[in-house]
Amino acid sequence: MTATESPATEEPTEPVDPNEVKVTINGHDVSARKGELIIAAAERTGTYIPRFCYHERMSSVGMCRMCLCEVDTGRGPALTPTCMFPVAPGMVINTESPVAKAAQAGIIELLLANHPLDCPVCDKGGECPLQDQAVSHGPGESRFVEEKRHYEKPIPISDLVFLDRERCILCDRCTRFADEVAGDPLISFTHRGNETQVLTFPNEPFVSYFSGNTVQICPVGALTASPYRFKARPWDLEEAHSTCTTCAVGCQTVVQSSRDELLRYQGYDSEAVNWGWLCDRGRFNFEAPNSDQRLGTPAVKSADGTGLVEASWSEAITKAAALIKTALDTDGPTGIGIIGGARGSNEDAYAWARFARTVLHTDNVDAQLLDGLSPAVLTLPRATINDAAAATTVVLLCGDLKEELPVLFLRLRDAADKRGVKVLEFTPKSTGMTKYSWRSVNYLSGGQARIVRDTIAQADVAEQLAKGPVVIVAGTANLAESDQFQIDALAALLDAAPTATVLPAFRRGNVVGALQLGLTPATDGMHTDDILTAAAEGRLALLILLGADPLSDFPDTTLATRAFAGARSIIAIDTFVNHSSQHADVVLAAAGYGEKRGYTTNIEGRVVPLAQKVTAHGTSRPDWMIAGDLARALGAQWSLDSVDAITDAIATNVAAYAGATREALAEATDGVLAVPESSSALETSGAEVPMSSGYNFKLVVGRKLYDQAISTQLSHSLAGLTPGAKLHLHSLDLDRLGGPGAPLKVTSKTASVVLTSVADDGVPRGAAWVEFNQSNINIAALLDAASPATDVRVETVS
Amino acid sequence: MARLTESNVKIAREIIGRYPRPKSATIPLLHLAQEQDGYVTNEAMSHIADLVGCTAAEVLGTCTFYEMFKMEPVGKYVINICGTMSCALLGAHELMHHAEQQLGIRAGSTTPDGLITLEHAECQAACTEAPCLQVNYRYRFRVTTEGIDQLIDDLRGAKLTEEIPPHGTVARVRQHIPVNVGVGAVDPDTVSTAPAWLAVKEEAK
Ligand code: SF4
Ligand code: SF4
Ligand code: FES
Repeated sequence: MTATESPATEEPTEPVDPNEVKVTINGHDVSARKGELIIAAAERTGTYIPRFCYHERMSSVGMCRMCLCEVDTGRGPALTPTCMFPVAPGMVINTESPVAKAAQAGIIELLLANHPLDCPVCDKGGECPLQDQAVSHGPGESRFVEEKRHYEKPIPISDLVFLDRERCILCDRCTRFADEVAGDPLISFTHRGNETQVLTFPNEPFVSYFSGNTVQICPVGALTASPYRFKARPWDLEEAHSTCTTCAVGCQTVVQSSRDELLRYQGYDSEAVNWGWLCDRGRFNFEAPNSDQRLGTPAVKSADGTGLVEASWSEAITKAAALIKTALDTDGPTGIGIIGGARGSNEDAYAWARFARTVLHTDNVDAQLLDGLSPAVLTLPRATINDAAAATTVVLLCGDLKEELPVLFLRLRDAADKRGVKVLEFTPKSTGMTKYSWRSVNYLSGGQARIVRDTIAQADVAEQLAKGPVVIVAGTANLAESDQFQIDALAALLDAAPTATVLPAFRRGNVVGALQLGLTPATDGMHTDDILTAAAEGRLALLILLGADPLSDFPDTTLATRAFAGARSIIAIDTFVNHSSQHADVVLAAAGYGEKRGYTTNIEGRVVPLAQKVTAHGTSRPDWMIAGDLARALGAQWSLDSVDAITDAIATNVAAYAGATREALAEATDGVLAVPESSSALETSGAEVPMSSGYNFKLVVGRKLYDQAISTQLSHSLAGLTPGAKLHLHSLDLDRLGGPGAPLKVTSKTASVVLTSVADDGVPRGAAWVEFNQSNINIAALLDAASPATDVRVETVS
Repeated sequence: MARLTESNVKIAREIIGRYPRPKSATIPLLHLAQEQDGYVTNEAMSHIADLVGCTAAEVLGTCTFYEMFKMEPVGKYVINICGTMSCALLGAHELMHHAEQQLGIRAGSTTPDGLITLEHAECQAACTEAPCLQVNYRYRFRVTTEGIDQLIDDLRGAKLTEEIPPHGTVARVRQHIPVNVGVGAVDPDTVSTAPAWLAVKEEAK
């Protein structure tokens, strides 16, 4: 034997990957990953193992035994639940041997022993894993002749979800989801053996912002959602991949319709964004676009000026163009202000930004209603959601993510709870993230920059921030204060952690897209508050509302009301007649969600698709088309005449979107990131405002998931879920004012309201927290857009 | 409203203190609740959930898993007659029938005066002493029909109050473990080093 033949000195032909595990599946050599479950490795390499309880986004429990296969680890083949065992080198897996098949068929027979087989009247029929796998892996018939288990047919376990215990196969998916993913373990397995059943505690329903996900992942028809029950059969549904634009997380969805009506949104598993989950608001507000209150035709102010009357498009466009012409003639471009644009697609936003700049020549455009941070935040080094979930430290300097960006909350909760990410929270009131935070620090409105500086000066915090990547989630936490305070605090954080990246917690659907595509002043244009002030002072010839409803949404009702009285003319582009658009001279009917194609941009800057699934309501048109109609009526040059043309124009003309070409977007699985070049220019002020004399509390106004937003109110299953506004005070503060439950009078500089009080020790002493935009009280009336913070006096009602 | 009484809350806190994770105290606290009211009330379950920091649904899940936690009022004395093999062969079914006649109730129900609940039970691990039964989980061996009659008479005549505490009482003398005497178990989540015994075992290899 020569030396070259010796195996000891032979060079390995290819480098050994320490993470590779070689196994055999059904006779084929397969390369699995270390730690990978057999069921996952098989699926990734093309062999589907039947399953009910296994879900790749949750821990394995081995509840159903449907995934039994023959696995030989060297001791001979044995039936093994493949969702519970990771691969090991040399494993021989047989998913289709006679023994494996008999086991799988046996499990189906057992699962069906008690299953009612009421498929013809079951909503899941046609898309039911039990039905499908009974056909593909079942024995074909049952030997059971005994009477089946009986329970009362569906019992409501919440306002949105019904449970049919006869159909339940006890897979633990819903209960695991509630516990592991949502953190709301309000449903649980109860009883034992043959009596085992999923239940809530008596009179404690499954109230969770995420309950709809359990309906989607239930492998049988045991859980059904009230908004969709008996609406359609799966085989009648047409579907398209789209994005939820209810908030700016940008959850990936499948939009389903039948007979030209939106009927259901399902979560789509995007590794980068939502992992298949949706919040209930995003999932169930498909009822709003179908509402009979939708605006199907344009309308113009009636001759006597008292209301709106339907008009033809040509009439309405001519009238709108005339209003624009008059405004330009009398006041010039600066006499026109455009508010809104966060509701539409990227294409809508771009078309309107172009329309404003090249046709109207005005820079008075703003997609935000004084309810977000300065767009300068969007030019900071941007983090993705996955960056945040993989960071060493996440700093929260934003509102309650559970209420504002619910699925971002799920992702960060998972990161904190399961992946050891340390969350450092700065907040005016405890939030959904507080109990998952490593450190949660309260501040009084205006004091956040100082509190941030003090906190990061502490040795352990500094040490934590230095340990590894830091992601800061930055957004508005209080609608009753100027965004400058948050910006100052953000600047202080960036001083301490200069390499930190920022995930903007901007809330409205496509606000990031709108701002990045030009619906914000570029030079010296006016922001929404200045536009409204100008209108109130009679300096605005024309106010254009691009899907904005300042009378409901602007955090200073007095100013908004005065602005509507003072604006000489108003044009509204909207899907509904709402509080604001009812005062318009012309209302142009806009196509809504699911009725137009295009793209949207989420908080990360991720450009993701919007599908058109149904025809636009009535004669309504997408915003971009309305911009073109107006441009032509004004005799301007206009070439943005199709969605594709605008998508192309965006990729060509907007630097951040250079990568978001149609080709790239068509190929991308998780969208394309469009983030403006970083420039670290935050304008700080450094001012902290002392409490004005005569007042004793700092007002904090925060958002709840369910409020008076029109998409919530016109979805009947959600409309009743709004909590109503109450005055939340620390119990020690409240004790001095007569204890919880007492009505208390809250007075600001501008107005006073009476609210029921509740003790809430998540609110620091000296702060008064109230929910925004609830039906029982208009808290925005207490706010003054011109003052940086809102001090209030709280007193007992005599 | 049968939440835990103030003195029981004190006991509850002591029990919770023995565990590194409060939720681990769920079962002992369910016993405490059952001792207080003779059965576990919904209010008590909510209260336990508050005390250990979980949801009432989770407490319900645990409670309903165990048959010895009663979710509805039972008699002061619960008689369980074993019906598994040895006892069945030696006349347990006849005993049950006899007890039903004597008490005027069916197995699974309670006498109208609320004194006695009669239940069928699976093996009580006293097969050599068959047929056997338990009264509030205290054994009676080699039971005869006369023995049943005697037992019922004694219970009615309050002759066994010394020996058998009311349903729910696990033990008359409550164990008190001062914190400093406990094993000082640490939260498994915070353990960073392997336990000492593991090292010993490794060495032995
Ligand atoms: S209700 Fe559905 S998801 Fe929940 S345990 Fe039953 S089968 Fe599984
Ligand atoms: S988190 Fe936002 S984007 Fe996701 S489903 Fe909810 S509303 Fe839609
Ligand atoms: S999928 Fe493996 S046991 Fe259910």
